[in-house]
Amino acid sequence: MKLPRTPRLALFLLSLAGILLLSACHRGSDLPFKLTDIGGHMPDLQFQLTDDNGKPASAADFRGKVVLLYFGYTHCPDVCPLTLAQLHAALQKLGKAADDVRILFVSVDPARDTPAVMHAYVNAFDKRAVGLTGSAGAIEALSKRYRSGFTREPASDGGNYEVTHSSAIYVFDRNGHARVLDANAPQEDLVHDLGLLLSNGTSP
Amino acid sequence: MKRIALLLVGLLGAGLVHADTTRISASHAWIRVLPGALPAGAYVVLRNDGDKPVALTGASTPDYGMAMLHRSTQSGGSSRMAMVDALPIPAHGTQALAPGGYHLMLMDARHPVQPGDTVRITLKFDNGVTLPVDFIARPAGALGDQG
Ligand SMILES: [Cu+2]
Repeated sequence: MKLPRTPRLALFLLSLAGILLLSACHRGSDLPFKLTDIGGHMPDLQFQLTDDNGKPASAADFRGKVVLLYFGYTHCPDVCPLTLAQLHAALQKLGKAADDVRILFVSVDPARDTPAVMHAYVNAFDKRAVGLTGSAGAIEALSKRYRSGFTREPASDGGNYEVTHSSAIYVFDRNGHARVLDANAPQEDLVHDLGLLLSNGTSP
Repeated sequence: MKRIALLLVGLLGAGLVHADTTRISASHAWIRVLPGALPAGAYVVLRNDGDKPVALTGASTPDYGMAMLHRSTQSGGSSRMAMVDALPIPAHGTQALAPGGYHLMLMDARHPVQPGDTVRITLKFDNGVTLPVDFIARPAGALGDQG
C-alpha cells in the first residue's frame, strides 16, 4: 500500500511545481511586449526622494501611473536631453492616453541638481516628467535596486566632472511592478509596450 | 622682379587658403538649449570636398566661455562622455556631429541664449583652416535642426 502512494505524491508535487513555474513565467510574459520583459526579475518601484518642487516623493505617489524610470544628470548636454526628447516624442505618439505616464528623471548628481534646477530641466522636455533628487545614499539605493550603476570622475577641464550612468529606461505598470526595460530600442517598441500597459497592463 | 615674385607668392598663399576653406563646408548646424546656465550640445554635419582628410580640432565662440569637442559613447548599458582631440573628416566625405555621439559642448554662456537665436561658432581644423558657422538655437526637446 505504501509503494503506490509515493509516486502519487511525487506526481502531485511535480504538477504543483509545474503550476508554480507556469505562473512565474506568466507574470513575465502575459503581454506581448516588444522591449525586454523584466516582469518578475526586477523589484517593484520603491524610493524616498525629493521631487522637483522640493516635496518628499515616494513610489506610492505614482501608483496608478505607468512609470518610466531614467537615471541621468542635468549637466549632461548630449545623451540625457536626447533620451528625454525621445521619451517626449514617444508619449506624443500615444496621444491623450499618455497623460497617465510619468517620466521619473532621477539625478545621479545630487550635489549640482537641486530641485529648482531639476524643475526647469524636466519641464523643458515634458510636463509629465518629474525630476527626483535626494541624498547620495537614497539615490545609490535606488540605482542599486535596479542594478544600474553610475560613477563620477573628475574631467580634465576646470572643476567639472563627468558622470557615467545607465542608459536604460525601466518601465513600471500602474501597480509599480517592473515590466520592461528599454535599452536603445526603436521608438515604436516603447510606444507599443506603453500602449499595452496603459490599456490593460496591471500585474497581480 | 622681386616685387612681382613676392606678389605671386602672396597670391598663391591667399589662393591656397581660400581653396582649403571652401573645401570644408557645414550644414544642419544647431544647438540644443537647456534651461538656466546648463551646458549646451552643438551639432553639425561637416563635409570635406578636398583630396586629403582633415580633422576638426577645436571650436570657439564669443557667446560661450568654453567650447569643447566631446564624444558620448554607450557600452554595457551605460553612457559616458569623453574629450576628443581630433575628429577626422575623410577626403570627399562627411562626418556628422549628432546627438548621442560627437558634439561640441558649450559651457558658461556669456548671455542667455534662447531658441531661435543664432550662435556663430568658429570651427578649427588641423590644416590651419578656420570656418565660422552659424548655429541655430533650438529648444531642449528638439531632435534635429528643424521639426
Ligand atoms: Cu559633452
